[in-house]
Amino acid sequence: MNKNYIVSLLEKDIRDGRKLDEFREIEVETGVSKNAEGSARVKIGDTEVIAGIKMDVGTPFADSPDSGVLMVGVELLPLSSPDFETGPPGKDAVELARIVDRGIRESNMIDMKKLCIKKGELVWMVFIDIYTINDDGNLIDASALASLVALKSAVFPKLDGDKVKFGEFTKNRLPLTRLPVTCTLYKIKDKIIIDPNLDEQKAVDARLTVAISEDGNLNAMQKGGLMGLDIETIDLMIKMAGNQIKNLRKYIK
Amino acid sequence: MKYTKRLDGRKFDESREMSAKVGIIKRADGSAMFCIGKTKAIAAVYGPRQLFPGFLQNPEKGLLRCYYDMTSFSVTERKRPGPNRRSVEIGMVTENALNPVVDLSKFPNTVVDIFIEIIQADAGTRCAGICAAAMALADAGVPMKDLICSISVGKVGDKIVLDLNKDEEDFEGGSTDIPVAIMARTKEITLLQLDGDIKREELIEALKVAQKGCDKIYEIQRKALKDQYEGVKDE
Repeated sequence: MNKNYIVSLLEKDIRDGRKLDEFREIEVETGVSKNAEGSARVKIGDTEVIAGIKMDVGTPFADSPDSGVLMVGVELLPLSSPDFETGPPGKDAVELARIVDRGIRESNMIDMKKLCIKKGELVWMVFIDIYTINDDGNLIDASALASLVALKSAVFPKLDGDKVKFGEFTKNRLPLTRLPVTCTLYKIKDKIIIDPNLDEQKAVDARLTVAISEDGNLNAMQKGGLMGLDIETIDLMIKMAGNQIKNLRKYIK
Repeated sequence: MKYTKRLDGRKFDESREMSAKVGIIKRADGSAMFCIGKTKAIAAVYGPRQLFPGFLQNPEKGLLRCYYDMTSFSVTERKRPGPNRRSVEIGMVTENALNPVVDLSKFPNTVVDIFIEIIQADAGTRCAGICAAAMALADAGVPMKDLICSISVGKVGDKIVLDLNKDEEDFEGGSTDIPVAIMARTKEITLLQLDGDIKREELIEALKVAQKGCDKIYEIQRKALKDQYEGVKDE
């Protein structure tokens, strides 16, 4: 579908039956992969991602000897779209992973100090891996939401001395503090929309991703797209994100 | 070593519970899910589409290309995301397992890509992947003369068993794993691998058990395809 057509519809506030600030139907499911310490599937309309948490122990980074390690990866599977190719993660996958990572890391969602087992020697490492199953736009919000839900559902594996007993789980949940929910605003010409489907996403001039915790503070932001945004627009976008995020929190059990 | 009773209580020639669904990935030209026990595989087909790089193009017929991948969290100890030697090999044997029933002579210079993703692993992942891939090909409308069914068979201790799970693969008293793929109607074998220690007679017996197992898989695959295309008449 061409961009001019999308724009001409948006000028009349017409989308796929939705208002400009309306998400598609969201479905959330946990426990989609039993060998994972935690896992979640999120569907937003036809967009579908799964996120899985794996945990291990290892040595901490030298500059934070008493903190656990968090790693976020995204695989834009060629299974999920004719536009994705095989091979190591490209720049889109890396950016997406880093957007998800920053919301979680900068809000201190996971109390990293509590992941320290022995200072400077042994800490918990938390791996979040996100796999796309079907791309129909807005993978960012779907990936971020799936990560949060998977983290909330995750339990520690059993520890035997300084080794993990893989495949055996405790009932202990991760030490979570805040809940930074991510929402992305998209600008097409002078309209601001959320949760674009793929046709809309291809017509986007600029986007702004915002992660906001319960207290309303911003924990991470990322601007994307080729066009600039003025301060008024950014302010408006953040306000819109704030409203959406209240709604999105319902899906995080 | 004697293996008198299966670890999960199944009969020796009994497979785990299976389920299948077609049309699970909207963007794909064809897609399917196949679950056997705790093993969950999904597959998507894209194509026939233009093949790059150009020197791979064949003016006689299209190319079938398979990629097999496991999610990092599908196994107990995290697997590094991305391809490795094992997944490359499985992709290749999957191609070989499916190629005999696929006719791409009408699609010169193109490629049909099959992507298989293992969401949850408990042995038999390549077989589950092949079952899903075969249904996804059919869902994509790729010309096929038969369906491919795949299951693992093997020897655990002193017994021939169908559809080994992970605990049986790791059985202390010795375990032989034989992944098999079979053309549903002609019963020709299109995938055969073996790891372990087994006599020739036992192998033949095992293959017969696998053929029986595949009959059941065929039913499940056909039902899933029919459910997707209600109103399409049988035969």
